[in-house]
Amino acid sequence: MDFIAVIRDGFLAMIGPVTAAYAVSAVSLNLQFGYTGLLNFGQVAFMMVGAYGTAITVEAGGSLWLGIPVGILTAVLLGLLLGLPTLRLRADYLAITTIALAEALRLIVRSSWAEPLTNGVFGIQGFADAFFDLNPFPGGAVYGVGTWTVTGRSLWMMIVSWTVVLLVVLLIRRLIKSPWGRVMRAIREDEDAARSLGKNVFGYKLQSLMIGGAIGAVSGILLAIEQQNVTPDAYLPRLTFILYVIVILGGAGTILGPVIGALVFQFVFFGFDSLMASAQANIDWVGDILSPAEAGQVKLILVGVGLMLLMIFRPQGMMGDLNESLIDDH
Amino acid sequence: MTIDPNALADVAAVPGVAKPDPIVTIDGLERSFGGVHAVNVDHLEIQRGTITSLIGPNGAGKTTLFNLISGFDEPDNGEWDLDGGGLVGISAYQVARRGMVRTFQLTKSLARLTVMENMHVADQTNPGETLRGALFGGWRKAEDEATEKATALLERFGLTHMADEFAGSLSGGQRKLLEVARALMVDPDVIMLDEPMAGVNPALTQSLLHHITGLREDGMTVIFIEHDMDVVQEISDWVVVLAEGSVIAEGPPASIGSNEIVIDAYLGRTHREEEE
Amino acid sequence: MALALLAVPAMALADGEAIGGTLIATTDDERVPVEGVLISVEQDGTLVGDSTSDAEGKWLVPVPGAGTYTVRLDVSTLPDGVGLTNADSDVLEDIVVQEGRQRTVLFPLGEGSTTSPPPYQRFGSLLFAGLKLGAVIALSAVGLSLIYAVTGLVNFAHGEMVTLGAVLTYFFSTSVAGPGWSLFIAGAAAVALGAGFGWVQDRGLWRPLRKRRMGLVAMMVVSIGLSFALRYLILVMFGGTRKLYDEFTGQTPIDFFGIPVVPKNLITIVVGVVVLALVGLFLQRTRIGTALRAVSDNPDLSESSGIDVDKVVTLTWVMAGGLAALGGLFFGLTEAVQWDMGFRLLLLIFAAVVLGGLGTAYGAMLGAFVVGIAVEMSTLIFPSELKSAVGLIVLIIMLLVRPQGLLGTRERIG
Repeated sequence: MDFIAVIRDGFLAMIGPVTAAYAVSAVSLNLQFGYTGLLNFGQVAFMMVGAYGTAITVEAGGSLWLGIPVGILTAVLLGLLLGLPTLRLRADYLAITTIALAEALRLIVRSSWAEPLTNGVFGIQGFADAFFDLNPFPGGAVYGVGTWTVTGRSLWMMIVSWTVVLLVVLLIRRLIKSPWGRVMRAIREDEDAARSLGKNVFGYKLQSLMIGGAIGAVSGILLAIEQQNVTPDAYLPRLTFILYVIVILGGAGTILGPVIGALVFQFVFFGFDSLMASAQANIDWVGDILSPAEAGQVKLILVGVGLMLLMIFRPQGMMGDLNESLIDDH
Repeated sequence: MTIDPNALADVAAVPGVAKPDPIVTIDGLERSFGGVHAVNVDHLEIQRGTITSLIGPNGAGKTTLFNLISGFDEPDNGEWDLDGGGLVGISAYQVARRGMVRTFQLTKSLARLTVMENMHVADQTNPGETLRGALFGGWRKAEDEATEKATALLERFGLTHMADEFAGSLSGGQRKLLEVARALMVDPDVIMLDEPMAGVNPALTQSLLHHITGLREDGMTVIFIEHDMDVVQEISDWVVVLAEGSVIAEGPPASIGSNEIVIDAYLGRTHREEEE
Repeated sequence: MALALLAVPAMALADGEAIGGTLIATTDDERVPVEGVLISVEQDGTLVGDSTSDAEGKWLVPVPGAGTYTVRLDVSTLPDGVGLTNADSDVLEDIVVQEGRQRTVLFPLGEGSTTSPPPYQRFGSLLFAGLKLGAVIALSAVGLSLIYAVTGLVNFAHGEMVTLGAVLTYFFSTSVAGPGWSLFIAGAAAVALGAGFGWVQDRGLWRPLRKRRMGLVAMMVVSIGLSFALRYLILVMFGGTRKLYDEFTGQTPIDFFGIPVVPKNLITIVVGVVVLALVGLFLQRTRIGTALRAVSDNPDLSESSGIDVDKVVTLTWVMAGGLAALGGLFFGLTEAVQWDMGFRLLLLIFAAVVLGGLGTAYGAMLGAFVVGIAVEMSTLIFPSELKSAVGLIVLIIMLLVRPQGLLGTRERIG
């Protein structure tokens, strides 16, 4: 058993661009869930729309730098369309509608009907060359010490995506620390009270959904650029649920919680992969019980159990204030 | 505007009677739940600058009436206005902005906001509450002014020492006080209190009563729902009695206690649970 | 290193997986390639691609990767005088493609005449399919709606209760590791275990959480965790492939007023309607049913008027568990048993309960049949791969037009 390798694999995954993209998406989900109290279970749709908006624009002959704002604006529009019918309804209706809409959208994107635009199940590849052309690091070169290395391509992607994380966190911090953010938190606590005090609750929720949607799109675009690939089956509902795990793990309603959550989650998730691979190679009975594919599935079982335990025993997450979570609402 | 304390002296104690200077007027307001009339008010006027009590047995429709005129529920029929401005189809937050603010029977303190933050949320003038203001700043001055106003109100309601605590950590009585103080941050013309005394200990009741009469002295119109007849007799200028959704009697407090219809309404029927 | 594991599957097309074959009609010792026949490949009901056979009868459909696919031959494109040797074999299910490999499949063709069914027959078949799907959704949805009515919880793990019913039935009846019971006994055992699982869930998880006064949103998130854990647990135990029960497969359709109906689908509809009627009778006519309705109207008032709310809630969970397992049993019977079948159905269950009015038992039943029929009928207009999307879009339109649902009252919405 090579535990150093396990930690290395977890660590390299943790600092990678995928973690940064998840952190961005978690920050946006946190604005909606942690600060406004909105149960958006269709986060993955905003990511998908952002990524496809970008990829399709490039496919149609536009530049990547046009595609990115197109993707973001499409997601804002989706937030508006989704919010208008549902934000007046109770929280559970929003949850049901958002998950349903996200899945319906994925099915449509995947269908032969939309194929002229989306290329169906095969998706769109190789639309982000313009981004990698700007890479100042030689793509093939390797950076790091010993086996703790990343390629030049990854390094470039990491620098950009973690910069985006920083910017998004600063933006949310500015918003949340303002009177606007205070109204959002008031709505989370009791929307009728906010309404009785003259606050346009519907308008604020819509803003939360649209701003969150835009940031979600940014996350989807980062992932798509990193993979140079968009395919509909990357946007299954389970990605939304994993983002919830990340937000709750880090601490819903805290500025840095989602980022910490993403780092820890990715470290554990990929460290576990490496640990299982190492165990299967070195310990006979582990290999006998679980195939590598099954080990991946066991990991997802643990994600589910982890979410339940977190919610029951530490709902404030890692960054949250225990006192705050113990306050009696009634 | 000068308020004449004896304006209601010559008004007849008859349901639906016209008042000399009504601030709220209700006409033909109806709301039913599954075929049962929860509210069915033919005509009702609330005199400006008075304390009007709304009483009635459980299930009489008092809270439903509050919900309707504050925009929290939609009536099947009817219209009502505030100071001559129609409120039909106006959403709850706009009703509050127009100067009619309500509180709730079960207090709605914003638990994970501090007491001071609770007060700030009720401020209507802060440019930092818009997205543009939040992004580009320039709201500090308004914030400081609101803090000043809030500090004075908290002082008045004896909550100064709790200003930086989470509202969720207040006692039940303190939450009631906070809710009234918070409503005053809106600078309302009309304040509607839904059972402000419920669950408040007797010592605090006196201070709350004192605050309510103080609101009238500041020129506000107070409409409040109350069960305790002693309280009603003590502070109201006018009493409106609801039963099964309709106004069955109204008049000065002294005329209500002896009213046959009112006694029948309270004693002569089985009590139902209040529809919340 | 597979940093991308979660986000995106392996680069599509990289390995050139495909399904293909050659269409040859064998007539009187003569072998003739058949040209111009449309073959389509689907995965989980979604079209992956199609191909038309060339002059040599060859066709090839590239697929996005290794996996299990369904291959369909469009009978209406066969030339006159050519037909499938076995009329039922126009659809080949569970075609497994391995990584980097091309898979060849055969459609034996011979003499025969095929005519496309008359419109009323197509319409009738779809109506039946809709009723069947509606019955499956209704059985599953009633429990979800009742749980919501008595506890306020939207249980995201309800889909896994459906899957459990199918998987247990498969285990008891068909699995080599199981006892090999007949489907009837296996199904009864699965429903009993499903009901038992409802009891265990309530006593072991939800009741303690209610006692801790956990918020409904938090409980909903817990149910998502449970759904996740159960789904992948079933995947580990059961595997990822679609499986069929060993009985009632490949039934020949019977003629029902001119419409060909597979008997097991008819049984599903009949049993579904009977069970739903019994649930209705139970709610209306029995003391405990009345108590259940009282609790859903107002739990506090029921508590104070002497109803044992905890008992009623537990009973609701037991019922919901049993009904969901029954729904899963039939879902497995009429389609196939798969680890994520319940989660796929869950979205249609949501559509049904919101359509009918969240928290109303009869609304859920009505909504289920409306969704089932809408989903199947939609194939008259839209490609069949958009079936599920249609169900979900019905839900969204409903929320726009009448958010309280068909049978809900206005008080139920925010």
